[in-house]
Amino acid sequence: MSYIALSEKDKREMLARIGIASTEELFDCLPPAVRLDRPLDLPAALSEPELVRLMETISERNTYGDFNSFLGAGAYAHFIPAVVDSLSGRTEFVTPYTPYQPEVAQGTLQSIFEYQTLICQLTGMDVANASLYDGAMAAAEAVLMAHRVTGRKKVLVARSLHPQYRETIRTYTRNIGLTLEEIGFGECGGLITAELESKLGPDVAGVIVQSPNFFGVVEDLAKFSALAHGPKALFIAVVAEAVSLGLLEAPGKLGADIVCGEGQSFGLPPAFGGPYLGFMGCTKEYLRQLPGRIAGMTKDVDGQRGFVLTLSTREQHIRREKATSNICTNQAWCALRATMFLETLGHDGLREMASQNLHKARYAAKKLSALPGVKLRFSGAFFNEFVLDLPKPAAAVNAALQAKGILGGLALQPFYKDMDRSLLVCVTEVKTKACIDALTAALEEVLR
Amino acid sequence: MIREPLIFEISDKGKRAFGLPKLDVPEAKDAFKDLAVRAEIVDFPQVSEVELVRHFTRLSQQNYCVDVGFYPLGSCTMKYNPKVNEKVASLAGFTAAHPLAPPDTVQGCLEVIKRMQDYLCEITGLDAFTMQPSAGAQGELTGMMLVRAYLEKQGNPRKYVLMPDSAHGTNPSSAHLAGYTVQEIKSNDRGMVDLEELEKRMNGDIAALMLTNPNTLGVFESDICRIAEIVHAKGGLLYMDGANMNALTGMVRPGDMGVDVLHINLHKTFSTPHGGGGPGSGPVGVKKILEPFLPVPLIEEKGGRFSLNFARPDSIGRVRGFYGNFLVMVKALAYILSLGPQGVREIAEVAVLNSNYIRKCLEGVYHLQYDDATMHEIVFDDKFQKDAHGITNLDIAKRLIDYGVHPPTMSFPSIVHGALMIEPTETESKRDLDYFIETMKTIAREAEETPEVLKAAPHHSYVRRLDETAAARNPIVKWERSKTS
Repeated sequence: MSYIALSEKDKREMLARIGIASTEELFDCLPPAVRLDRPLDLPAALSEPELVRLMETISERNTYGDFNSFLGAGAYAHFIPAVVDSLSGRTEFVTPYTPYQPEVAQGTLQSIFEYQTLICQLTGMDVANASLYDGAMAAAEAVLMAHRVTGRKKVLVARSLHPQYRETIRTYTRNIGLTLEEIGFGECGGLITAELESKLGPDVAGVIVQSPNFFGVVEDLAKFSALAHGPKALFIAVVAEAVSLGLLEAPGKLGADIVCGEGQSFGLPPAFGGPYLGFMGCTKEYLRQLPGRIAGMTKDVDGQRGFVLTLSTREQHIRREKATSNICTNQAWCALRATMFLETLGHDGLREMASQNLHKARYAAKKLSALPGVKLRFSGAFFNEFVLDLPKPAAAVNAALQAKGILGGLALQPFYKDMDRSLLVCVTEVKTKACIDALTAALEEVLR
Repeated sequence: MIREPLIFEISDKGKRAFGLPKLDVPEAKDAFKDLAVRAEIVDFPQVSEVELVRHFTRLSQQNYCVDVGFYPLGSCTMKYNPKVNEKVASLAGFTAAHPLAPPDTVQGCLEVIKRMQDYLCEITGLDAFTMQPSAGAQGELTGMMLVRAYLEKQGNPRKYVLMPDSAHGTNPSSAHLAGYTVQEIKSNDRGMVDLEELEKRMNGDIAALMLTNPNTLGVFESDICRIAEIVHAKGGLLYMDGANMNALTGMVRPGDMGVDVLHINLHKTFSTPHGGGGPGSGPVGVKKILEPFLPVPLIEEKGGRFSLNFARPDSIGRVRGFYGNFLVMVKALAYILSLGPQGVREIAEVAVLNSNYIRKCLEGVYHLQYDDATMHEIVFDDKFQKDAHGITNLDIAKRLIDYGVHPPTMSFPSIVHGALMIEPTETESKRDLDYFIETMKTIAREAEETPEVLKAAPHHSYVRRLDETAAARNPIVKWERSKTS
């Protein structure tokens, strides 16, 4: 299938106008020594029906959909209302580029403005950007921002922050002289206060804590932010399960200076890891240190309200190596879906979804931890994920569950070496009571 | 025109567009014990479904997009995005797959990534690819981190990265974030890398040269092989920004020209839609010597079974969660499979033809700072119109909007003042190209005859020229009941 729109006649006319005999002459500027003198070794072109058949075949090699899955850990299955797919699929949203020409991009710009407002409302921050690539990268950008604001070089990172977020922070910071120190978690699953206190000092740029954390446990953000502010370090709250914001207090209200996280839960399918969207907000005093695109409200020459990209003097196309970030555009279409998702659910719908997650996870935890030899690893209050300690290695239990059509959760040993018997279980609103009961019954059998 | 209100302005308590099934488990006792639970989320929207649908439908109608018309935004490669690619990327087998699922339950996803790694190696002539970077800028950062990791392993990461003054702004900021100090080299009077200057500047402190080829003027750096030799002779690496791969597919391969590391943009060359500014995808390809340092995990295949390899001790780590923008890869894969080897070559062939056709037809009407042969894009500027009538590239751009065409890129390259960077791509019809050409001629005539019309353009858009200065001086970046009208 070709998407070229020129006929042979068109080509002849265009070549004649240019004054050359063949398109080959247009490539005379390429060094002959390295010209490719053979066709690329790629599969032969497919017609649309052939393509669809092949892609369906490949997609059907994924058997994941056949399983009753309790995987979460940074990617969550939530219901997505039909209006989100329908509206976000409109070609006027899908096929433009970033709104450099605001007069013909008010749809995108107003949507971003609404998105920024929603993120502020949910996080309790004064300002928010137009989105970043994903939660892990947003966490790394937040750490860089804390460094820029304070001029300090040490960052305290909760060990209960998503392991991939910690890895990403490490990758982003290792070449510019930042040092990272981890703060452990205690019996409750939350940050160890004494360890935080002992490591805080005037050299600390920021403290980064996830809540609900990687184990699902809700952290005491108010206490930790107050501690961080003692030596004037910035407190960064990370939210990897954004639906929790429908129920839990806004981190901004609990003292966070920067709130960032993963917005995938807002209308984006798990899709094997992407595309997702990183969200980020901060208090207004740091607005000019915020990375990424920002939409702002203004007026046109007739005095009519309109929206533009603003504060671009922070950005790479103006500041080059002195920019707040190297990011160019954002995840506009993903942010648009999040906007549609949140506006569809609305105030009551989001709260209801969040509540159902909490109740269903609590129900599952209660049932599962009642099985012989199974207990909850942590005592802290959790949202929609929890860690089970099993009487056998979690990887083996998972394999046995998989044979029964169930993916029981994430075995934690690859991420935390001493947790070989621990399983991270996620229960969202899409899990019915029957699904949860099936897991309980299967686990009982497997452990028998 | 009727102004579309913000959703917050049409919100009303108790309205709903969504409901969940009744909770089918018993409510947890003490559910909120030890939790800071929020009260009402003040001013969070509450609308009915029909209001919501009309809101976004009307907003969508305020956007210009590729499916409406010509979008010659230079360096952004706004080609047509085939519908079938969207369809296959929405297959439930792909969208539902969890990224941490056991590999035997997601063989299809792994196959997609592995195929992309392989096909991109063949198209670029490089030895290995990571699909992880989310977009071009993250690709650049990843690439420069790979350079650093490689040189570190050799004993000295070095201090500086060279790049031409025509480089896109992400190049210096990415190099900076990889821990390097940027040194610019002036382009010669043809807008190209000055070989003598490069030879003079290249030394043992320089980690890499970052080069866009064709450069941002659309001109191919025909001394590329010599450039690579100069850089390599001093132990440096050659980084290529593949933003302009659309000019080269099937014609030459960066790997064959001495490039050690490059990123390409699936949302440009491989036709995945731009989505109003993302999601993109910026895979990075490398020569064998850099392969050990690629981000984890890499996707591998053995006997038809695909697996994730995390055991890579020299890896720079990961630059984001999971494996990259997977659904974007699905679309790009579908595109490559549709086109086949001939079709991929035809991308470059026709993209360069279309661009040169526009160039020929507008030469003399608009000023060209450099007269070298150009490939997939052409950078005119506003010199004629500005000198004679005080009309700038901004006026020309805004007038194009009135004629139903998206303006070209104006923000760079910084070496051309008043730039109009035009990239037609390969998917435009001659009819649309001719319409654009005639419109540009009309605007040039208007600049002479009725410059005030251009100064006040656009006249027919949903909003007219917006006060960007006021927006930056007093930033209003969210709606608030009390403040925002």
